[in-house]
Amino acid sequence: MQYISAERYGNSYRNAEKKRYRDRSRAELVETVAETVFTFCAFCSVLAVASITLYMVVNGTPAVFRVGLKDILFSSTWKPVAKEPSFGIFYVVLSSIAGTAMAVILGVPVALLTAVFLAEVAPKKLAATVGAAVELLAGIPSVIYGMIGMMVLNPVMYRLEQRIFARTPGHQFTGGANLLSAALVLAVMIMPTVISISETAIRAVPAHLRASSYALGASRVQTIFRVVLPAAKPGIATAVVLGVGRALGEAMAVSLVSGGSVNVPLPFRSVRFLTTALVSEMGYAGGLHRQVLFTVGLVLFVFIMLINLSLNRILKERERQDD
Amino acid sequence: MDDIKIRTDHLNLYYGRTHALKNVSVKIRAQAVTALIGPSGCGKSTFLKTLNRMNDLSGNVRIEGGVYLDGKDIYAPGVDVAKLRRKVGMVFQEPNPFPMSIYDNVAYGPRVHGIKDHGTLEKIVEESLRGASIWDEVKGRLRKSALGLSGGQKQRLCIARAMAVEPEVLLMDEPTSALDPASTVKVEELMKELKKKYTVVVVTHNMQQAARVSDDTFFFLMGEAVETGSTYSLFSKPRDRRTFDYINGRFG
Repeated sequence: MQYISAERYGNSYRNAEKKRYRDRSRAELVETVAETVFTFCAFCSVLAVASITLYMVVNGTPAVFRVGLKDILFSSTWKPVAKEPSFGIFYVVLSSIAGTAMAVILGVPVALLTAVFLAEVAPKKLAATVGAAVELLAGIPSVIYGMIGMMVLNPVMYRLEQRIFARTPGHQFTGGANLLSAALVLAVMIMPTVISISETAIRAVPAHLRASSYALGASRVQTIFRVVLPAAKPGIATAVVLGVGRALGEAMAVSLVSGGSVNVPLPFRSVRFLTTALVSEMGYAGGLHRQVLFTVGLVLFVFIMLINLSLNRILKERERQDD
Repeated sequence: MDDIKIRTDHLNLYYGRTHALKNVSVKIRAQAVTALIGPSGCGKSTFLKTLNRMNDLSGNVRIEGGVYLDGKDIYAPGVDVAKLRRKVGMVFQEPNPFPMSIYDNVAYGPRVHGIKDHGTLEKIVEESLRGASIWDEVKGRLRKSALGLSGGQKQRLCIARAMAVEPEVLLMDEPTSALDPASTVKVEELMKELKKKYTVVVVTHNMQQAARVSDDTFFFLMGEAVETGSTYSLFSKPRDRRTFDYINGRFG
């Protein structure tokens, strides 16, 4: 059919056909190039994750073989530059966990109630104002949190410390740079994440569930705590897990307010976290000390990976519930 | 003469500038099923919601006139809305159990009203589920999530949930419009059963349903209660031309 028409219309048809073919092939070329670019970009992040993982494992494991996994993880003596060095990071790991846990315990309830306020209670204008403040909080660089913590929070803590331990001989005064300060700063830092994700989850609870609760004679507070929050649980869990990740990975603010000695993590002790160990020692460490610091980094890395895995699990759980 | 459970007196309702209910004065009989019919937007659902003050929840609503439950104005100042809603329960169009177990769904109402004793709660849950004719289907999985039930089961669970606070009146807002025919039949049978104990008011799009289940029918149009009376007389010899046209499918 096309062949016949081509003959009848001669060159002009053939040229049009050629042009159409050219246009089509150009469009196809654009498609192919675009696809390649997308694929390459996507591959970049995969490549980054894979190479970082590889790098951490390759550099973090030699020390494990030289010192021994048990001596690193479960020994509490950290004396990397002593004549007979000891590389136990037990207290450091414990400090990271304790600091994160305290930050979550202090920050999550406040953040959750803020989210409830924004989503359920506040009039629109007020909610917009508070919401904007929360977003700004998320954008403040962590070093600023650290600075303010150092200048404002630490002196307050010091006064508190002096009062509490006035009659405790042998207490090592920290000048307020201690675990509790770090936990408070972290609590504030994780709040924006927890607030905004919880708020979204609370807003996503269907209105008819609230209506049903009111129709049964429940009050607003009862409805919020017994229906809305349970219904928003998967989203709130996601918020908390992301908050944990942020707290665990924070280095700068913590290093400014936590004192920095390796100690049993108690509220009024100066402590060193996994992150702050890297920040404060990486600059001068050499030899085995440097290798152990890579192991410290690897431990932190594994923690963060575990948190992401649990997040994935929560999200999958939610998908299954929706079905 | 039958007992009057609810009476409205020149009830007017405005959403902002929209005059949604106009001078509605009706009487709802106790221990009977009253059907509210009419085309979409005629005010029948709005009227239903005035009976347990669910309209309070949407701002910008103004109400004039009175709604009397057992002779007492439910819009009088000082009325405890929670107590009122306990007396006047409601079942919604979409089956909407809470995302918790079947047991916790039914126990929700009694719990928010302060009942904590396990034995009492268990008794209430069983009675309510039996009352909603769903006990036999769920008794083996009371602790499982209510979201795993079928649509019809969910709706009967919602009816059980409403019954658990021992209301005197049950309001149903198109309770079967989201259900398949088989589930609809079950819920309709349940309504006939419910009127032995409760005063039932049901909004329905479906005129056959109104004819099948109700004793009285109110026909709403443009916010007015055009015709009210026994279902039999309203469907067999409507007094108003508009009622006649509507039930014969001329509009709506």
